Amino acid sequence: MLDELRELYQEVILDHGKNPRNFRHPDDANRSAHGYNLMCGDTLFIYLTLDEEGVITDCAFKGKGCAISLASASLMTQTLKGLTEQQARALFERFHWLCTHDEPPEEDAVELDPEALERLEVLSGVRDFPVRVKCATLAWHTMTAALDGQQEVSTE
Amino acid sequence: MTTMTEAIRSPGANSVKALDLEQVRADFPVLRREVYGRPLVYLDTAASAQKPRQVIDAMTSIMEESYANVHRGVHRLSQESTDLFEGARERAARLLNAESSDEIVFTRGATEAINLVAFCCGEGLLQAGDEVIITALEHHSNIVPWQMLRDRKGIVLKVVPMLDDGSLDLEAYRKLLSERTRMVATTHISNSLGTITPVKKMIAEAKAQGDILVLVDGCQAVPHCQVDVRDLGADFYTFSAHKLYGPSGIGVLYGRKELLNSLPPYQGGGEMISSVTMEKSSFKAAPHRFEAGTPAIVEAAGLAAAIDYVQTLDYDAIQAHEQGLLSYATTQLSQIDGLRIFGTAPEKAAIVSFTLESAHPHDIGTILDRAGVAVRAGHHCAQPVMDRFEVAATVRASFGLYNTEAEVDALVAVLHKVKELFG
Repeated sequence: MLDELRELYQEVILDHGKNPRNFRHPDDANRSAHGYNLMCGDTLFIYLTLDEEGVITDCAFKGKGCAISLASASLMTQTLKGLTEQQARALFERFHWLCTHDEPPEEDAVELDPEALERLEVLSGVRDFPVRVKCATLAWHTMTAALDGQQEVSTE
Repeated sequence: MTTMTEAIRSPGANSVKALDLEQVRADFPVLRREVYGRPLVYLDTAASAQKPRQVIDAMTSIMEESYANVHRGVHRLSQESTDLFEGARERAARLLNAESSDEIVFTRGATEAINLVAFCCGEGLLQAGDEVIITALEHHSNIVPWQMLRDRKGIVLKVVPMLDDGSLDLEAYRKLLSERTRMVATTHISNSLGTITPVKKMIAEAKAQGDILVLVDGCQAVPHCQVDVRDLGADFYTFSAHKLYGPSGIGVLYGRKELLNSLPPYQGGGEMISSVTMEKSSFKAAPHRFEAGTPAIVEAAGLAAAIDYVQTLDYDAIQAHEQGLLSYATTQLSQIDGLRIFGTAPEKAAIVSFTLESAHPHDIGTILDRAGVAVRAGHHCAQPVMDRFEVAATVRASFGLYNTEAEVDALVAVLHKVKELFG
């Protein structure tokens, strides 16, 4: 049983869950949204700073949640810096795929940074725990809502 | 009849027969299954109880042998179905010690029952400015209908706070009671913490204050103890069949007969009318006035079997068994480093809500699940209770008449694994 669970709760996830990176509210954030998981009460605030060209120069978050949702938010903040809005959305699409499919998608609409994908791969264990996919994607849904100018988003 | 509190203090040592746990477990087919290759340990009875063979058979039997619409046909099957349906009402009346089966309204569940009371009292009895008192322990189902009534009719909603151990602040309750109070709606046993509220005392104090109606949400109480609505003095009392080892989709609302008959109908339709013309309709007396449309016939047969089942086992035996499990679970869980139990009121039912320092309830829930242990992880439809303790969620292990100490041990063993994983 523990082996299977270690697939989900890998060291990186436990580490990011306990010590989330970019866990702060930047003063210069110009996009933000509040994400809420209706089922478990997890709550995340995502803060994005975009420059004039629409490139994400900073991404941070605050909130409460399980190891999966905090680790996912933490890892997300580490992968978004330097991406355009379009690249960030494409990365979410790919991330969502890897949380729900065993096989990689045929091709990505936008070329994705292999390093970012490798970093996110660690969360792919949730595909064997369908009820936890929402935990892994809450930060990303919230990030998308921030880009869309929505202030609140909830999942269930 | 004894209240739960009295029975805990003096379980009538000679008269309590012990549960034949092996037989009881054999009655529940689902307990034989495995989850992820491990025996199911079902500790989520407060959310919904599993069903014994007797309930399953009663529901199958009515569908295979007697099913037709009730109160309609002149034919034999309709008569048989009506007898089974009304038989369920009589059993529910006896279960709660109601004066008559006319005081038993079938609803979809306790949620609908509370909505019915809030709606019909809102139309008939309550005026803008009237105060309704609820408690900090309520399930969302006993909060939201009153908030909706507040927004619709301008009633004033007051909340009895709770103390740190999860019991109600009775001093504060007394202060809230006033000449403006028209209704008290309280839980009998908290679904999230297990606290048993002193409903009999609360009702007596409300009645001493004046003409105040009291609704009791007995969802968690009826599966665990003998309830006597007349001894309590409740005006309304409700429970859901699915928490009493019966089917989902049917619940019971007890209401005093003259009170029910003084209320306007809830929904309009067939079954609830005495005559209809294109100009106007007249309505039947309670309980049928509140039962528009074809009711949950098969579910009523299941409810009747569930009532027979718990009564045959004997409430004193069920209660003694569950209190034993509660005390064992509390002791075992308390020994885990970093585990905090929420709700430590002196009068408690077999529900243990807790958190672990190192792991989030949702993560604990997933790990328990993989070990075959089913618990609830979340806010338990009682977000204000969670807010009171400043947590977003807890893990809740809730016990039913089929649980064993070995299952508590299984829970504890997995929690140690959680600690191993999360440090």
